[in-house]
Amino acid sequence: MSSTSFNKQLKTAFFSALLVIAVAYPVLGLKLTTVGIGLEVHGASSTTLAIIFGAAVLMFIWQLVRDRIPTPRRGYGSKNSPLTRLGTKLTEPSVQRWVILGLILVALVWPFWGSRGAVDIATLILIYVMLGLGLNIVVGLAGLLDLGYVGFYAVGAYSYALLSHYYGLGFWICLPIAGLMAALFGFLLGFPVLRLRGDYLAIVTLGFGEIIRILLRNLTSITGGPNGISGIDKPTLFNLTFERRAPEGMQTFHEFFGIAYNSNYKVIFLYLVALLLVLLTLFVINRLLRMPIGRAWEALREDEIACRALGLNPTLIKLSAFTLGACFAGFAGSFFAARQGLVSPESFTFIESAIILAIVVLGGMGSQLGVILAAIVMILLPELMREFSEYRMLMFGAMMVLMMIWRPQGLLPMQRPHLELRK
Amino acid sequence: MNQPILQAKGLTMRFGGLLAVNGVNISVDEKQVVSLIGPNGAGKTTVFNCLTGFYQPTGGEILLRGTPIHGLPGHQIARRGIVRTFQNVRLFKEMTAVENLLVAQHRHLNTNFLAGLLKTPAFRRAEAEAMEFARHWLEEVNLTDVANRPAGNLAYGQQRRLEIARCMMTRPQLLMLDEPAAGLNPRETDDLKALISLLRDQHGVTVLLIEHDMHLVMSISDHIVVINQGSPLTDGTPEEIRNNPDVIKAYLGEA
Repeated sequence: MSSTSFNKQLKTAFFSALLVIAVAYPVLGLKLTTVGIGLEVHGASSTTLAIIFGAAVLMFIWQLVRDRIPTPRRGYGSKNSPLTRLGTKLTEPSVQRWVILGLILVALVWPFWGSRGAVDIATLILIYVMLGLGLNIVVGLAGLLDLGYVGFYAVGAYSYALLSHYYGLGFWICLPIAGLMAALFGFLLGFPVLRLRGDYLAIVTLGFGEIIRILLRNLTSITGGPNGISGIDKPTLFNLTFERRAPEGMQTFHEFFGIAYNSNYKVIFLYLVALLLVLLTLFVINRLLRMPIGRAWEALREDEIACRALGLNPTLIKLSAFTLGACFAGFAGSFFAARQGLVSPESFTFIESAIILAIVVLGGMGSQLGVILAAIVMILLPELMREFSEYRMLMFGAMMVLMMIWRPQGLLPMQRPHLELRK
Repeated sequence: MNQPILQAKGLTMRFGGLLAVNGVNISVDEKQVVSLIGPNGAGKTTVFNCLTGFYQPTGGEILLRGTPIHGLPGHQIARRGIVRTFQNVRLFKEMTAVENLLVAQHRHLNTNFLAGLLKTPAFRRAEAEAMEFARHWLEEVNLTDVANRPAGNLAYGQQRRLEIARCMMTRPQLLMLDEPAAGLNPRETDDLKALISLLRDQHGVTVLLIEHDMHLVMSISDHIVVINQGSPLTDGTPEEIRNNPDVIKAYLGEA
């Protein structure tokens, strides 16, 4: 090994170690404590500092020696490792179908044994699965980068909240209305902006998402401003409510079936409704993929000019993807409003859009099973690691970086169901 | 039937100060093969782009069976039956060969949302018919063996043929081929020639061709239009063109 390359390694190692300190010290080594109305900065304990320093030294050594460790093959890069083979197997459409069927069965049955908290989190995950699947149509299938997806989610949520608040309409009537409203917004936004491409489209949609949120916050007389709307009715099962006492003209679930009141029923019911919505979404998207419009989305993503030369109207095709994606966000939104019983503009910030997009990218663009897995990972991890909640964003970022290095194609990249010509 | 299928009169395209096409006249009769030739940079592809609506010509008019079509967007013109291929093949590379052909039939398929969602019998029938039509053309261009392979993995000559088959899926009146023989070996060029003849004789398609391969152009064309530096030089039968001193000077070269 020549001395120049050693020098270079030394430099890299030094900077890596410095980077460890630069990242870790402000995050771990400084503690903010509230004193009265002010904040005070304290240094962390000496053990923490020692650990940070130790980590930096370890990084330094690792960078120095890592080229000398004989690695004939990088584990994750090799084609033959069982993990990789399992990965490819899982992305085959025929296998995916069975996996999905199995997952559905498990998903249907487990809440009756699961704890209340777990079912609640699962419901949240399902909302994100729905959002991820919806955005997947726009980003993964049609290739349109949408950074304001949360705007349609908000439209759906507020549609139900407002209709319930002012007109006393129930969840099941409002669900399709919310979907249609969100689709309408998608259509209206899409019409002028879809002639834009790539980055420009992303910026416009980003602006749209913020406009919706700010509108909701400032239309105080209608939407209640920052306080939002509370007391939204929960879904009912054929007009049976899951509350302890039924409002006038309704019956409660436990009275109707003559069983004791249990607040868990409500949680499980909400979960099952969410599951139903997710299954519906999955079904629709699966059909779309095999329909002419699904093929047109794919073709458009690959070559817009060729599409035009063949008489396909690009604007119309993009618009259909945008509108359909928005529609699913609307469904998810109205369910979200029903589950929370409260909507406020703060639920629809840009970070929500970012998380949904992260789910799509993490899962593998266009892949449905991937989106489901990614939604579970993205929502469950922060819940499981509540003790580390201060470092949530740090871990979020680290996960993204690692994923992009190891599996830029996503957890389970899409393998589209190819139509075969039978001989 | 005396009316030409496509007629361009005084077609002009100006990009800022650059006059790329200047007063070109083309007239294509039914079931003819008309070639557009000229040196590199003469504006042949620009003429194509104007005719197919990818550019809005700055002057002149384009008539399809007497109806003006200039100013229409590209997909509208394609729907009226003018379909083109590209100088550098533009297939949907990730999709299989047969899927490429299905996408091209989009307009003729049942795109009703509910019908597709519920897989109604009408929807299934339309899909099956589309598949049958695609199979027919894959056979015509001799690509049945590779029907289920991604288009991007096909050999270059196969990609060229697939692109022509994809155009045929839209049931065109006029097929416009932009240098279809570029990059083909002599045998593949012969196949292409046979294919173009087949399209004209058996399927009644009119062909407008840009090509540099003079053997191909001279043997297959009914009429040839020569342009040079954006302006029309001359036009006539292959025999006339071959012996025209201006064309020889500007393009063919002294033999």
